[in-house]
Amino acid sequence: MYPIVKKRVLNETVTLMEIEAPLVARKAMPGQFIIFRIDEEGERVPLTIAGYDREKGTVTIIFQKVGYTTEKLDSLNEGDSLLDFVGPLGEPTKTEGINRCAVIGGGLGVAIAYPQAKALHDAGAEVDLIVGFRNEHLIILKDELEAACTNLIIMTDDGSNGNKGFVTQALQKQLDAGRNYDTVIAIGPLPMMKAVCDMTREPKIKTIVSMNPIMIDGTGMCGGCRLTVGGETKFACVDGPDFDGHLVDFDEAMARGRMFRPEEAKAREKHICRLTGEER
Amino acid sequence: MANMSLQKHPMPEQDPQVRAGNFKEVALGYTADIAVEEAQRCLHCKNAPCVSGCPVNVPIPDFIDKIKEGDFNGAYQVIRSQNALPAICGRVCPQESQCESKCVRGIKGEPVGIGRLERFAADTAMAQGKAVTDKAAPCGKRAAVIGSGPAGLTCAGELAKAGWDVTVYEALHTAGGVLMYGIPEFRLPKALVEREISTLKELGVKIVTNAVAGKAFTVDELLEEGNDAVFIGSGAGLPNFQKIPGESLCGVYSANEFLTRLNLMKAYTFPEHDTPVKIGKHVAVVGGGNVAMDAARCAKRLGAEVTILYRRSEAEMPARAEEVHHAKEEGINFHMLTAPTSIEGDENGFVKAIRCIEMQLGEPDDRGRRRPVPVEGSEYELPMETVIIAIGNSPNPLIKKTTPDLPTERWGGIQTDENGRTGKKNVYAGGDAVTGAATVILAMGAGKKAAAAILEDHPC
Repeated sequence: MYPIVKKRVLNETVTLMEIEAPLVARKAMPGQFIIFRIDEEGERVPLTIAGYDREKGTVTIIFQKVGYTTEKLDSLNEGDSLLDFVGPLGEPTKTEGINRCAVIGGGLGVAIAYPQAKALHDAGAEVDLIVGFRNEHLIILKDELEAACTNLIIMTDDGSNGNKGFVTQALQKQLDAGRNYDTVIAIGPLPMMKAVCDMTREPKIKTIVSMNPIMIDGTGMCGGCRLTVGGETKFACVDGPDFDGHLVDFDEAMARGRMFRPEEAKAREKHICRLTGEER
Repeated sequence: MANMSLQKHPMPEQDPQVRAGNFKEVALGYTADIAVEEAQRCLHCKNAPCVSGCPVNVPIPDFIDKIKEGDFNGAYQVIRSQNALPAICGRVCPQESQCESKCVRGIKGEPVGIGRLERFAADTAMAQGKAVTDKAAPCGKRAAVIGSGPAGLTCAGELAKAGWDVTVYEALHTAGGVLMYGIPEFRLPKALVEREISTLKELGVKIVTNAVAGKAFTVDELLEEGNDAVFIGSGAGLPNFQKIPGESLCGVYSANEFLTRLNLMKAYTFPEHDTPVKIGKHVAVVGGGNVAMDAARCAKRLGAEVTILYRRSEAEMPARAEEVHHAKEEGINFHMLTAPTSIEGDENGFVKAIRCIEMQLGEPDDRGRRRPVPVEGSEYELPMETVIIAIGNSPNPLIKKTTPDLPTERWGGIQTDENGRTGKKNVYAGGDAVTGAATVILAMGAGKKAAAAILEDHPC
């Protein structure tokens, strides 16, 4: 069992948890992920590692309530435990050779962008961290983000923080202003990552994306997470999750991400039934 | 007086029509009366050719003698002396190409039903709770075993019996490897695998789940932490694809993914269990091995019309004869000498058809199997919503990547001598991680040999 030692609600849909998992904390690196399972009936769900404390033996995860299992996870509290928590999985983000970069996080991607930005910043790189939220009430981890970069640019869809627009528009503005990045790292929803890659392709800026497809085991066994990268089949779990964004077939990845939509809706319905005690 | 019937006693089975709609075990097992009767067909040959066909050298005539005498627990103990997982082997070994292929009774008529008798002895002993065997006093040696599939469990069991302190590391949340995630419930009930594993735990074997070798720890760390030996039985878990157009469409699964969803995650009970599986009315399974049969029969049980596409003829099919027979009984269609050329998708990226080409058998390849050659102009299309690719697996690269001084083959397999010693000191390996995808019993045989090598290299 893996106890939840800390729970912090970041906004109405996003929650942070620290999980006691010494075997994972020992080796975890930015860019890697874990897979958790709540109980005996539960599904295996991958989440990017948002932080770790090797001495305390804890791993931080940040998740958004998007479906049945994340809703259920959010209903747990400090002192409760997860049945399974395995990792670290995937390859760490490569930080060598990056001196001036933009790290872009959209939506929950902010949580994943944070450890990568921090790792790069700690390694001495100049980091512009561009993050986006729907409105100012949803802004999370502001202090942490500020400490993890050279410049922090926070965008809101509705402009409620005084900075209206998408993260891609902020990136374009930086590029137009002559910011000279050797690398752009984009983490978030597939359409956002695709848009960033389209933007950096022409100026030939190396762009790394962090893919988060459907997977089961996370060790290369099921092949459910396969992607086409540069015309070759790659497994996000063992070859990634970071890939050269200019080579990723995003349209295919988006189609594959929709494969279980009806089943997800059905599982969510079950959850609402359980919460309200209604018969299914 | 021997029973001179030319046929082995048929296995009582669930009716094909009924079982094609459930996940319960197909073969029901011999009763005590049937088992004794079948045991009497054994002539107890002095040179016991059957034993030479067994990768773990079970003293077959001896255990059958015990069944003849009605000493079923005694029969189990005889098997257990050489085989750590008898209830499993009795169900999934390809006996027709091993022990039973050497049986003298098979020259004229059918061989003795050795596998069925093994299963009977194991099931009976376990039902009576007499499944524990003796072990030696602790000898102060420690081993780490990577992977809790048939190779790892066998190696762990052998070392524990010899008094070693053994810890098994498993990447998934459940121990058993392919026995849990791969082979379906109707062929190998999971409760039984759990029981076999619990007998190993009673021997003192410790099992750590959620522990990925090559990620959470390395082989070198296991050695540094005081293990006298490390056995790698990490299997061949990386699914192969055909590299034909359309393999990334929604509705195309590797057999591993499809079977893991069903067996390990229990997707056939969705939404009681949270993991879904999506399956269309028409399902194509590509391949001719046991995994292809398992995937096809699972799909059938989910209500689909299932077609197996295999590029050679039935004679070359690597699946156990019984599995092919059961699949046919359950109404699975077989398109032999057929290879897919592409998978076609609809506008939403879901599978709508598979394009195939007919094959004919040409010259034998270097392994002596006749090579399939496409028949020009014979392409045709079958409407499908789901395609399952079951054309084999490759060894997982995680351990190789993090153990640079472990010699491996170019295709990823770990190099060993015939007793499981790798090119790295105190590191041993066996099973699919060494041979590439093979059978449960061969992996067990390798685990057992490696355990013997470990005991020889590290005398107590």
